[in-house]
Amino acid sequence: MRKRNSIASMAMVLALVAAACGGDDDDGGGDALKEIGDGEGAVSILAWPYYAEDGTQDPNYDWVSKFETDTGCQASVKYFLTSDEAFTLFGGGDYDVVSASGDSSLRSVAAGDAAPINTELIDHYADLAPFLKEQAWNTVDGTVYGIPHGWGANVLQYNTEEVTPAPDSWGAVFDPESPYAGKIAAFDSPIYIADAAVYLMATEPDLGITNPYALDQEQFDAAIALLKEQNAILAEYWSDYVAYEDNYRAGSTVMGTSWQVVVNTLQADEPPTPVDSVLPKEGSTAWSDNWMVHSAAKNPNCAYKWINYITSPTVQAEVATTFGEAPANLKSCDDIGDHCDAYHADDQAYYNQLHYWTTPTKECLDGRTDVDCKDYAAWVAAWTEVKG
Amino acid sequence: MSTAAGSASSGRRAVARFFARHRRLRLGVTLSGPLLWLLVAYIGALAALLVTSLYHDETDATGLITRTVTDPALDNYRTILDTRVYRDVAVRTIGAAAAVTLIDLAIALPIAFFMAKIATTRIRRQLVIAVTMPLWAGYLVKGYAWRAILNPESGMIKKAFGVTPGYGVWGSIITLSYLWLPYMVIPIFSGLERLPNSLLEASTDLGGKAARTFRSVVLPLLVPSIVAGSIFTFSLTLGDFYVNRIFGGTTQFIGNNIYSNFGANLPLAAAYATVPILIMIGYLIAARATGALEEL
Repeated sequence: MRKRNSIASMAMVLALVAAACGGDDDDGGGDALKEIGDGEGAVSILAWPYYAEDGTQDPNYDWVSKFETDTGCQASVKYFLTSDEAFTLFGGGDYDVVSASGDSSLRSVAAGDAAPINTELIDHYADLAPFLKEQAWNTVDGTVYGIPHGWGANVLQYNTEEVTPAPDSWGAVFDPESPYAGKIAAFDSPIYIADAAVYLMATEPDLGITNPYALDQEQFDAAIALLKEQNAILAEYWSDYVAYEDNYRAGSTVMGTSWQVVVNTLQADEPPTPVDSVLPKEGSTAWSDNWMVHSAAKNPNCAYKWINYITSPTVQAEVATTFGEAPANLKSCDDIGDHCDAYHADDQAYYNQLHYWTTPTKECLDGRTDVDCKDYAAWVAAWTEVKG
Repeated sequence: MSTAAGSASSGRRAVARFFARHRRLRLGVTLSGPLLWLLVAYIGALAALLVTSLYHDETDATGLITRTVTDPALDNYRTILDTRVYRDVAVRTIGAAAAVTLIDLAIALPIAFFMAKIATTRIRRQLVIAVTMPLWAGYLVKGYAWRAILNPESGMIKKAFGVTPGYGVWGSIITLSYLWLPYMVIPIFSGLERLPNSLLEASTDLGGKAARTFRSVVLPLLVPSIVAGSIFTFSLTLGDFYVNRIFGGTTQFIGNNIYSNFGANLPLAAAYATVPILIMIGYLIAARATGALEEL
């Protein structure tokens, strides 16, 4: 009797689980918003660190408070540390907007998580740099899913007192004989395989890599071999930027791939932590971020209000100088002309040199049809092996 | 009015009478709420995990949409068994869990003995508070504090002793030993409290020195408490991922691997999550044989 009971309850549980898991096959992103109505009083924002600061981390960094006063939408902000995390969290459906990089945006669109965006409701759309709008990573079949936010390159950061002479090549972090072995850092995400590929583009031209996200078996194997060799000279793989900053303050890491905002934060220390950054001669991987609205957003009106706010010239200027990136809204350069020049904000030729994060697919992104490329699932599996 | 109240109270009486006659049913109704929660939240989550581990992901032609195929298959388990890195990570994690357990045991034994047998009641109370106090602070706060202590360049340990285990696996092991220490001290302390002093006196009367008394009298009676404590330290270490994550290093634990596969390949992550479960089931079966589960 007791046994039968437990089997019956087990079956009931399984039925519940099956019911909860089923019916999750929606594909379409639904319709774009027709007009921005009254705010819902709240908006939940999923963003890269420093994109939605409310002054708690640093009183000088605060543009969320003004948004809340202006619109009455209370913002709850969740930062993610990698694009994989962004894709997973956004898929959970708890967030209204996300600042997506190219290696998660198309996956979110394909998964039906992103809503088409009515660009007529975006106040500053006309002022955004033309080469950022309606591109492969934010627009699918003519439907816009992402509003450009800003872009920049991943840089090589180094301690100016410890690392001399200053490095000018990614070779500094891949050299197995490096004098800084044990104090070097790499980024903890499968997408970092592309950084190895960028270095191989310059140093091993025979491999014929033209796009670091389109790697056939041979090119992929070479990149993985380079990364496995690099593992021996690393202090850490970083994804927690706060811990990463601390390691430069403490001196346990002196060199590694980084974001300009980390360099800026360390230089703003009192006294300043002696770090600087360089865009190595091989070029670099880069990000070009877009704001996307969830297809089942609970607060679509506040979500549009947020996008309108964060892409406005003054806020763009604030975010771009804080984060160390090129703003999407070129009107913001009226205030921060020097910054825009330094980051080549309206320089399309410069923009085209960088290799923006995108999702690797089996069909080679560089247009080759005679070979299969490694898809992102293969990148993830290989990354596990690189870390060991 | 009075009839309505009378019928209501007679209705209540009828219900009371019914449950008084059916004692088992009364127990069933009382427990059904918590039991349902236990079944859905605890067993249900576990069942979902096991079911998911039999699925597998397939990427479509665009390479962007990953669909979970729900035909049950053991592919994920085969991948885990056949791929070296998964075996290495599992062995490393088990080794770390064992190291944490041994370190905690070595620290907890003398502390618990002093608390239970030597200290005055007043000091004992203060020590119980002192041992459990770290549990009041946040896990992350303690983790980041140990990052500062262990920093290979400027950490407190490096400054005091000139050497430091630094980050990486040993950094994780030391920090986890600190985090889980109370879970080892408390069971051993309560085990020792139950140990009659007369046994220690008898051993001394028979000429047993401290070491002999400890080996022949205290330790055998303490085994269940030690096993109970080790269940906590071992299983908590097996499941941890954040300490290893913030301690940087260049290697992963089982938890890190599950975390990084969570977004990319959920069925594989689910399959790998069964590894610590299996280890703990084996551990618990072995622990039951010692009678330690009665200490929990």
